Amino acid sequence: MLTLLIAVPALGALALLLVPNRGGERDAVVRWLALGISLVVFALALLLWARFDPATAAYQFVERVPWIPRFGISYAVGVDGISLLLVVLTAFLTPIALLSSWESVERSVSAFSLFVLLLEAAMIGVFVATDLFLFYVFWDAMLIPMYFLIGIWGYDQRVYAAVKFMLYTMAGSVLMLVAILGLAYLHSVTTGSYSFDLEQMLTLSLAPRTQFWFFLAFTVAFAIKVPLFPFHTWLPDAHVQAPTAGSVILAGVLLKMGTYGLVRFAFPLFPVAAAYFAPSLALLAVIGIVYGALVAMVQPDMKKLVAYSSVSHLGFVVLGICAMNIQGMQGAVYQMLAHGVTTGGLFLVVGMLSDRRHTRLIADYGGLKAVAPRLTAAFLIITLASIGLPGLNGFVGEFLILFGAFRWAPGFVVVAGLGVILSAVYMLWMVQRVYYGPVAHEENATLPDLRPREWAALAPLVALAIVMGVLPNIFLSPSEPAVRAVVERLDAVRMERAAVRGPEPIALSREP
Amino acid sequence: MISPSFNAIVPMLCATAGALVVMLAESWRARGERMPLGVLGGIALSAAGIALALLWDQQASSFGVIVADNFGIFVSLVVVVAGLVSIAFSSQVLDRDGIPRGEYYALLLFAIVGMMMMATANDLLVVFIGLEVMSVAVYVLTGIRRDDPRGVEGAFKYFLLGAFASAFLLYGVAFTFGLTGTTRLDGIGQFLAARSMSSSPMVLLAMGLLLVGFAFKISAVPFHMWTPDAYEGAPAVVTGFMSTGVKAAAFAAFTRVFLSAFEPFSADWAPLVWYLAIATMVLGTVVGVAQHNLKRMLAYSSIAHGGYLLVGLVAANQVGKEAILFYLAAYAVTNLAAFGAIALLGTADRANDTLQDYRGLWQSRPMVAGVLTVALLSLGGLPPTAGFIGKWYIFSAAVSAGYYGLAIAGVLTSVISVFFYLRVVVMMYMTEPAGTIAPPVVSRAALATLAVTAAIILYLGVLPTALLDLAAASIDTIF
Repeated sequence: MLTLLIAVPALGALALLLVPNRGGERDAVVRWLALGISLVVFALALLLWARFDPATAAYQFVERVPWIPRFGISYAVGVDGISLLLVVLTAFLTPIALLSSWESVERSVSAFSLFVLLLEAAMIGVFVATDLFLFYVFWDAMLIPMYFLIGIWGYDQRVYAAVKFMLYTMAGSVLMLVAILGLAYLHSVTTGSYSFDLEQMLTLSLAPRTQFWFFLAFTVAFAIKVPLFPFHTWLPDAHVQAPTAGSVILAGVLLKMGTYGLVRFAFPLFPVAAAYFAPSLALLAVIGIVYGALVAMVQPDMKKLVAYSSVSHLGFVVLGICAMNIQGMQGAVYQMLAHGVTTGGLFLVVGMLSDRRHTRLIADYGGLKAVAPRLTAAFLIITLASIGLPGLNGFVGEFLILFGAFRWAPGFVVVAGLGVILSAVYMLWMVQRVYYGPVAHEENATLPDLRPREWAALAPLVALAIVMGVLPNIFLSPSEPAVRAVVERLDAVRMERAAVRGPEPIALSREP
Repeated sequence: MISPSFNAIVPMLCATAGALVVMLAESWRARGERMPLGVLGGIALSAAGIALALLWDQQASSFGVIVADNFGIFVSLVVVVAGLVSIAFSSQVLDRDGIPRGEYYALLLFAIVGMMMMATANDLLVVFIGLEVMSVAVYVLTGIRRDDPRGVEGAFKYFLLGAFASAFLLYGVAFTFGLTGTTRLDGIGQFLAARSMSSSPMVLLAMGLLLVGFAFKISAVPFHMWTPDAYEGAPAVVTGFMSTGVKAAAFAAFTRVFLSAFEPFSADWAPLVWYLAIATMVLGTVVGVAQHNLKRMLAYSSIAHGGYLLVGLVAANQVGKEAILFYLAAYAVTNLAAFGAIALLGTADRANDTLQDYRGLWQSRPMVAGVLTVALLSLGGLPPTAGFIGKWYIFSAAVSAGYYGLAIAGVLTSVISVFFYLRVVVMMYMTEPAGTIAPPVVSRAALATLAVTAAIILYLGVLPTALLDLAAASIDTIF
C-alpha cells in the first residue's frame, strides 16, 4: 500500500517520458496524464486514511524488505498518526500544484510534470520511511527535483535561489548523515550488528554526551528545513523565485519535513538532549515568530510576505513541539496540516495574481475586490484561516500550541501571542492594500476573475480550511495515540533520570 | 595453460596479446585502410575479464609475485571495465581528433596490463614494474595529440613529476629491502611483525618514501600538482581512463602494501594519511570551485575523491577496506560517464570543455545532458546514485573507526563540491543556449554506452547489495 504510494508517482513520472512530446505538441496530454496520476495517488492516500486504525500508536501498513543486509538496512515503511495526515496532505497538494501551473508553465511541460511527480514520490517516502537510511535517501533525493523546479521554471533570480536552497539543505543534512552513521555504529557496538531501523534505534540507551552531539546534528538539519531562525535565509529566496507549484509544495509540504523530523527522530531518539535543548529551541522559535512577522509586515512583495509569514507560523509549530506535552505536540502536528493548506492557498492566489499582472508587488494592486470578487473572497477566507480566526483551521493549531506551551513555560507564550496579533496586522494590511480601496492602476480594472481551472485548485483548499476549523477532531484523533506515545517516551526518560540524579535541573513538564 | 603457475597472469597475457596484435595490425595496415582496432582491443579486454572472472575464489598465484586473490581481481575488473568503456567512447573521438588509432589502443592495453599487475602484485618490485608499465603508457596517451600545446605541456609535467615519484617509490623499496631482506609483501609483513621496531627511523623512512610514491600516483595533496594540467591537456577519453584506471590501480597497490606489509605500523602512518586525506578533500573541493574549465574542474574533483578513498584507508577496518573497493568501482563508472560525455561533445577544432560551452545543452542534446547530470549528481554524492552509496560507505567506515572529524570534513567538502557540480547543471538546464554553434552529433554506439553507464550508476545507487557483497568477498581473502 505504502510502496504503491511511492511507486505510482515515481513510475508515473517515468511513464510521462514515454509520451513523445518534442517541441511541446502534446503538452495537454502530458498535463492531464500527470494530473491523473497525482489524483490516483490522492485516492490511494484517502484509502490509506480510511483503512487506518486510529486507536493504536504502532506503525501500520508496515512493509519491510531487506535492502543492504550487511548493514541491517531494510526498505522499511509504515505510517502512524503523525505521518498519515502528512502523506494525505502531500497527495492533496500535488494535484493542486499541477493545476496551478496549467497555464503559467509553458516550456518543457513533460520535464516539469516529471519533476513534480518525482518530488511527490520522494516526499511521501520521507514521511513513511521507518529506516533511517531510507529516510535519508528520500530526504536528499527530494532536493534534486525541487532544485530543478526552482532553477528552471522560477523567476529572475531562480538560479541563485535554487543553488542556495540546495546547498543550505545539504549542509544541514550531511551532518545528520554522520549522526545516523554514528547511531548505526553504536547499535553495532551494543548489539553486535548494524541497524538503521528506527524502532531498533529507539531501544538504544545513549550517553548524554552522545545524545547532545547527535541531537544537534539532527536538529540543525531539521531547523534549516523548518526553517528556524536564524537558519531561515534560504526560504524567502527559494519561495519568491520558485514557480507557483514549487512554492505551494515547498511551503505546504517541504517545510513540514523539518518539524516532522523533530517529532519523529530528533526528540524521541535523544530525549535527554531534547529536554536540555528545548528551551533554547523554543527561544529561537519565539524569536522566529516575532521576527518573521515583523519582517513580513514591511515586505513590498506579496510572495515574500507570505514566505516570511511561514517563518512565523512554523515558529509556532516548533514551540509546540518543544513544550513536549500532548496539547503542544498535537497542536504542532495539526498546525503542520493547517499551515500546509492555508499557505498553499496563499501562494496559489498570489501566483494567480502574478500570472495575470506579472508583478507581485503590493503597490501594483489595489481595489481588486470590485474587479475580481470571487478571488477576493477566496483569498480573504484563507487569510483569515492563516491568522487564526476561530472557526477556521489556523485557530485550532495555534490555540493548542499556545495552550500546551503555557503549561510548560508561560513566558514564551506571552511573546508568541504577540506573533498572533502581528500576523493579523500584516496579513490584513496586505489584504486591505491589494483588494480594497479604489482601483489604483488602470491595468487592474480589467483583470479576469477566477477561471474554472483556478476554482478547481482553490475550492478544495478553501473548503478544507473551513472543515478543519469546524470539525478539527477528524484531523486530530488519528494522531493522538502516536503523539501520546512520543510524549510518554520523553516523560519516561525524564522521570527515570530524575529518579537517578535527584531533582532534574531541567524539568520542563509540569505534568504530574 | 601449460602450468598452473601461469594462471594468475592469464588476464595480463590476454591484454598484452591484444596490444601486440593491435600494433602488428597497425603496421601491416595499408594506407587508408580501416581496421576495427577498437574491436580487437575490446575482444582482448573481454578475454581478460573472463579470465579474471574464472580466477575468482581460486587464490591463484604465479611465481609467488603475482597473486590473483579476490582483491586484485576486483580492482582488475574495475580497470578492465574502465578500458572497455573508454574504447567504446574512443572510436568517434579518435577520428575527429586525428589520433593514431594503432598507437592509441596499444598504449591503452599496455596501461591496463600495468594496472592489473599493480593490483595483483605481491612484491614491491613487481608493483614498481607495473607502475612503470602503466605510467609510461599513460604519459604518452596524455600527450598523444602532438599538435596540442596543452596536451604536450600536461604530458611533460606528468612525466617529470611522475619520474620523480617513481624514484621515491624505488628508494622506498630499496630501504625496505635493506631493512627486511625481502621485497615480498608477505615476507616484509612477517619480518616486521616478528620484530618490534616501531620507532626505528629506517622503517619510518622506508614507509615515508613509499607513501610519497603512492601519494603522487593517487594525486593526494600536496603531491597533486601534475593532475590539473595532465587532466586538462589529455584528450577527454584519456582523462576519463586515467582518472579511473590509474587511481584504482595505484589505490589497490597502496592499500595492499600499507594494509598487509606495513599493517603493524599503522599507528605510525595512519596520522600521516589522516592529514593527507583532510588536505586532499579540502583542497580538491575548494580549488575546484574556482574552475571554469570542466576538465580542470573534474581534475580537482578527482583529487577530492582520492581524499575520500584515503579516508577509507585511514579507517583501515573491515568496512573501510570494502568501502575503498566499492568506491573505486562506483567512482570509475561515474567518472567514465562524465568524461565520456565531455569527450563526445568536443569537435575537431574546439574541445568545448569550458562551462560556457554547456549552456542550454539540455535543449540541444537532452540525452547527453541527462547522463552528465546523473554522473555529476553521483560525484556530488546525492541519492539515488552510486556515488551516494560509496560516500555513505566510506563515512560509515570512518565513523565506526572513531574518526568523526574525518567524516565531518568529508561530508562538508562534499557539500562544497556539489556547488561546482551544480554549476554545470545550471549551465545545461537553466541558461539559454549561446546559439552560435550546435554541439556535434553523437554516434549511436557512444550514446548507448553513455546510457549504460548512467543505468549502472543508478542501479548501484538503488540496489548496491550485489556489489557490496562482492567487495566484502574480495576483502575476506586477504588482510
